[in-house]
Amino acid sequence: MKIVTLVKHVPDATGDRDFADDGTVDREAADGLLSELDEYAVEQSLRVAEDGDDVEIIALTLGPDDAADALKKALQMGCSSAVHINDDHVHGSDALATSRILAAAITKLAPDLVVCGMASTDGTMGVVPAMLSERLGWPAATLGVDLKVSGDTVSIRRDGDTASQTIEATLPAIVSVTDQSGEARYPSMKGIMAAKKKKVDEWDLDDLDIDADEVGLDAAHTKVTATAPRPPKEAGRVVVDDNGSGAAALVDFLSAGKYL
Amino acid sequence: MSNVIVVAEVHDGHVTKPTLELLTLARRLGDPIAVVFGPAADLTGVLGEYGAATVVEVDDPLLGQYLLTPQTEALAQIISAREPAAVLMSATMDNREIAGRLAVRFDAGLITEAVDVTAEGTVQSVFAGNWTVRAEVTKGLPIITVKPNTCAPEAAPVDATVEPAGVSLDAATSGARITASEEKRASGRPELTEAAIVVSGGRGTGGDFSAVEALADELGAAVGASRAAVDAGWYPHSYQVGQTGKVVSPQLYIANGISGAIQHRAGMQTSKAIVAVNKDEEAPIFELVDLGIVGDLHTVLPAVTEGVRKAKS
Repeated sequence: MKIVTLVKHVPDATGDRDFADDGTVDREAADGLLSELDEYAVEQSLRVAEDGDDVEIIALTLGPDDAADALKKALQMGCSSAVHINDDHVHGSDALATSRILAAAITKLAPDLVVCGMASTDGTMGVVPAMLSERLGWPAATLGVDLKVSGDTVSIRRDGDTASQTIEATLPAIVSVTDQSGEARYPSMKGIMAAKKKKVDEWDLDDLDIDADEVGLDAAHTKVTATAPRPPKEAGRVVVDDNGSGAAALVDFLSAGKYL
Repeated sequence: MSNVIVVAEVHDGHVTKPTLELLTLARRLGDPIAVVFGPAADLTGVLGEYGAATVVEVDDPLLGQYLLTPQTEALAQIISAREPAAVLMSATMDNREIAGRLAVRFDAGLITEAVDVTAEGTVQSVFAGNWTVRAEVTKGLPIITVKPNTCAPEAAPVDATVEPAGVSLDAATSGARITASEEKRASGRPELTEAAIVVSGGRGTGGDFSAVEALADELGAAVGASRAAVDAGWYPHSYQVGQTGKVVSPQLYIANGISGAIQHRAGMQTSKAIVAVNKDEEAPIFELVDLGIVGDLHTVLPAVTEGVRKAKS
């Protein structure tokens, strides 16, 4: 069985994230790392591999040179090999173009299962798994809090907006998992050493038969017209509670703000 | 004027407040058409009151049998038939997937989690609410998901009539199967993402949410929880506020025993007013507050609840 696990290199959310002049995320402004939500996708893929015989996991990423760091982490955690799609023309791609490129790569890799995080921690749109499902014509079981493969069927428990459901799909299929799916493992020393010998393929748009003018900023269907940092918030009042003074201050606040 | 499709959300037989906000926003762009999944006859009153003269009803057993693909297919057929100028949906987990699928089918311009929509473009709040982004759709049909509490619903009464969608759905191409489904139990409190006030608890509750719930009930508020509280098993995941849980932007957010980790801030930073109660005066949440109380929530909150009760009487 072959699994493709999608991973993304994102700016560290604890750093100062910023936009470049062209309205795209400035990837130089903050240190990057493997998106935390994708670690759960890697973890669930590894658990499927531990439960089954002869399971291969390929970590796939789309991004500039630094994105190799996300692949490295995925390999250290235990993925078998990696593919890095790296092409200057991809810069500024919207979700439509991103899903087009990833779908082409998945078609080329021909896996039985694609596992994704529920969203990236930078764009946070959470639309790529559904878009891949449309493009590939494969069913998508999304927002899984677990993941099981049995024969040619994948099943998840899904914690949705209004219901908890069990979802089944016939392979090949797309699955996305949430942060409730189980703690992601840390790479072991053995894993870190083994990762150095694992294969990382570099692909560009030519390898995927995609024209440069189909992707990137100019092909995007939406345009950022302005970005502005949130105005600094005026420091609020802080009251140290002393024998009920905290509660009194809060009741006054609620009353003055007409929240009662 | 051109038509704008609004996908109506219905909970327990009622049209949700975010849907009324969508209808209000849609009228800036054209004439709203409401699409309802399920029986629509009882909803024409409220949908008409907010300006939807046409209510398109999609009532098909396949809706509950496959995961979101029947809804996508139905909307795709409705969009092809009615050629709207835009499609507006509320920013739920389900809708982001439906919107993504429709964007592929129509090669559309997709904007998610807008906090304002005008004829000139959209506004989004990104990077944990630290940046505001203005954007416009430059190619294709605009498909926009909108966060709750984006505007105040304004009535604009018209007579609404129900039209059957006239779509044909096909089980053979319907994707992932729903083999079991359990509706989440209603808490009796307002929906977390819709509530005007949210009272939430974190690690500092020590697992006892009774003081948080009591204050919420006195204020008619929703209850939320931090990831630490959810991970500890103290509160269900569906109440988690944060980047990987629910994103809320109520009029007032009261955080209790929550330190203010970045992923929590991402879920509540756009609240209009923020209050925090925390024993640790160094907690980063105090950087966000309009009012901070350094104190033990187990003594402060019951006193606040009692004070509110007295103030109201």
